[in-house]
Amino acid sequence: MNLLRTYILPRILQWALVIFVGISATFLIPRLSPINPVDEMIGRMTAFASIDPHAVVSMRESATALFGLEGTLLEQYGRFWARLFTGDLGVSFGNFPRPVSDIIGAGLPWTIGLLSIAILISWISGVFLGALAGYFHDRRWAQILERFVVVVYPIPYLIIAFVLIFVFAWWLKWFPLVGGSRGQPGLTWDYISTLLYFGFLPALSLVIGSTAFRFIMAKSLTTTEIASDYVQYAELAAVPKRKIILFYVARNTMLPQVTDLALSLGALFEGALITEVLFAYPGLGFVLYNAIYNADYNIIMGITLLSIAGIATASLLIDLLYPIFDPRVRLR
Amino acid sequence: MLTTIRDLFRFSPSFRFGSLILIVVAAFVLLSAFSPYEEDRLRRKVKRNLPPSADFVFGTTSQGQDVFWSLTFAIRNTLIISGIAVFIGRGIGVSLGMISGYLGGIFDRTAQSIVESVIVVPRLPLLILIGSILRGSLTMFTLGILIGILDWAYPSKRYRAQVLSLRERDFTHTAVFSGMGSFKIVIREHLPFIIPFLLADVISGFLFSIGIEVTLSYLGLANLDSPTIGTMIYWGNYYQSIPAGRPWVMIVPMVTAILMVLGFYLMSVGLGEYLDPRKRLVRLTAHAGEGAQDDDPRKEKDDAWAP
Repeated sequence: MNLLRTYILPRILQWALVIFVGISATFLIPRLSPINPVDEMIGRMTAFASIDPHAVVSMRESATALFGLEGTLLEQYGRFWARLFTGDLGVSFGNFPRPVSDIIGAGLPWTIGLLSIAILISWISGVFLGALAGYFHDRRWAQILERFVVVVYPIPYLIIAFVLIFVFAWWLKWFPLVGGSRGQPGLTWDYISTLLYFGFLPALSLVIGSTAFRFIMAKSLTTTEIASDYVQYAELAAVPKRKIILFYVARNTMLPQVTDLALSLGALFEGALITEVLFAYPGLGFVLYNAIYNADYNIIMGITLLSIAGIATASLLIDLLYPIFDPRVRLR
Repeated sequence: MLTTIRDLFRFSPSFRFGSLILIVVAAFVLLSAFSPYEEDRLRRKVKRNLPPSADFVFGTTSQGQDVFWSLTFAIRNTLIISGIAVFIGRGIGVSLGMISGYLGGIFDRTAQSIVESVIVVPRLPLLILIGSILRGSLTMFTLGILIGILDWAYPSKRYRAQVLSLRERDFTHTAVFSGMGSFKIVIREHLPFIIPFLLADVISGFLFSIGIEVTLSYLGLANLDSPTIGTMIYWGNYYQSIPAGRPWVMIVPMVTAILMVLGFYLMSVGLGEYLDPRKRLVRLTAHAGEGAQDDDPRKEKDDAWAP
């Protein structure tokens, strides 16, 4: 009960606050800008063709209604929430009358799949490689690995992905340049193998950067950890090194890594957006990219909203699972 | 300050290497003042699509720009955007973190719950939303301000933690008991601890802002007429330079971006080592016996345990 009051409830309250603030920001930002999206849209539509002025007036009215820009700011805000609760994100302008929720729904599984595989691989490999390199810090391979990681870590996602595309997809032609899969979707090996084939480079580009981050963190945590008494005792007691690293050191360094995973989900998601743009991978990032080009505000807003809500919920889940990893929280 | 930098140069190879890279970068920024072309009149000045040669060190682009001189402007502009972003972000972060650390109580709790909420919000979608609405009217300065406004939450948390630990140190209690005013304690006793952290944090702010600038420009959301590292990559990609066999147009800005972030990052690694108390001990022993440091067996042992 105590755990519920001191840990779980405040965390859920915070989750609600994040979503509230995020959604309010998404509502306010377009309205604070000096540019009226309705005028923008009509300007673009009338730029290349002369349209009857009456048609322009009625177009403006329907566009204002579509954007939810009628009435005072407060009324708009109320309607905005009411629409959100019914799951209505408006319709896309690029693919008129297709609802935004429909388009996002089509892209979402791709993003979630790519992101979860990349997070899983990078988290595990980063934590364990970091622990190994921290424990055997005077070995040659550990030092070479660390040099490599230090160089790779600060490079922006975009550039890592670009280099991979040029080297492996364009120059060596080992992997496809664009797309997510080929053939008839289904649970056949043919289809799944194309999924892996098309997803390999995008996932790799994500894994490289985030593994480097986990590695650096794991290594510095391990360095502090191996100075503690229990490790020295285990070494004196001739416990196998393998066992010391995997069962004691790595386990202890995992806890801050779990907390940090919840905090860095947002950054990983951002990376996935860019990766999808570059690889033309059919997930949310690619949808977003097309929406930017068509000035499809409803889609951009929908994806912003969804990413805030999704990231907040995912990090809430990780935090709620935290007591399972950390016995100290459980005991309190 | 000067001794700090001298020590960093002497004892941290990564700091040495990182600052060397940044000196080269700074040289490029200075060169932009001597460019034969004006910043907003770079296009259609030279023959198009020329490979690197003695006349055009990094070749020319499909828009008739000299890549070398564009690069000098691009580095400068990217650094200006990041500088504005870092200044605003750290300004908010430092003041909020320190105030909530010193005040505590209800202000601290409110500020912390806001900060925790802002940290989880993914920033890129918000930036894309703002950028796509302001498209065309987003100048370098507004872009910098925008990035800065979204990058203060995590730093402020770190400053708060710093202040909280400084408040409990013995020397703070000593100062309080000997009647030193609170303001004086903050300025005289605590600021010297905060400033190195600020330095490392400013560097990580630059890393973030450079990455975001490149990303937003690549998406076509920044002001595409002013040369930055990001817009150079955007135009290179727009004119399909790599498939068309003009790799220099894109490789040059990309390598520059990598070198810039690497320089900043190596400097922050060096600073981090400098801030580590265990390393500081090694350095102090080395200072004490300048000549005899090599055959001091303790030093090696200390080194083995330090990160």
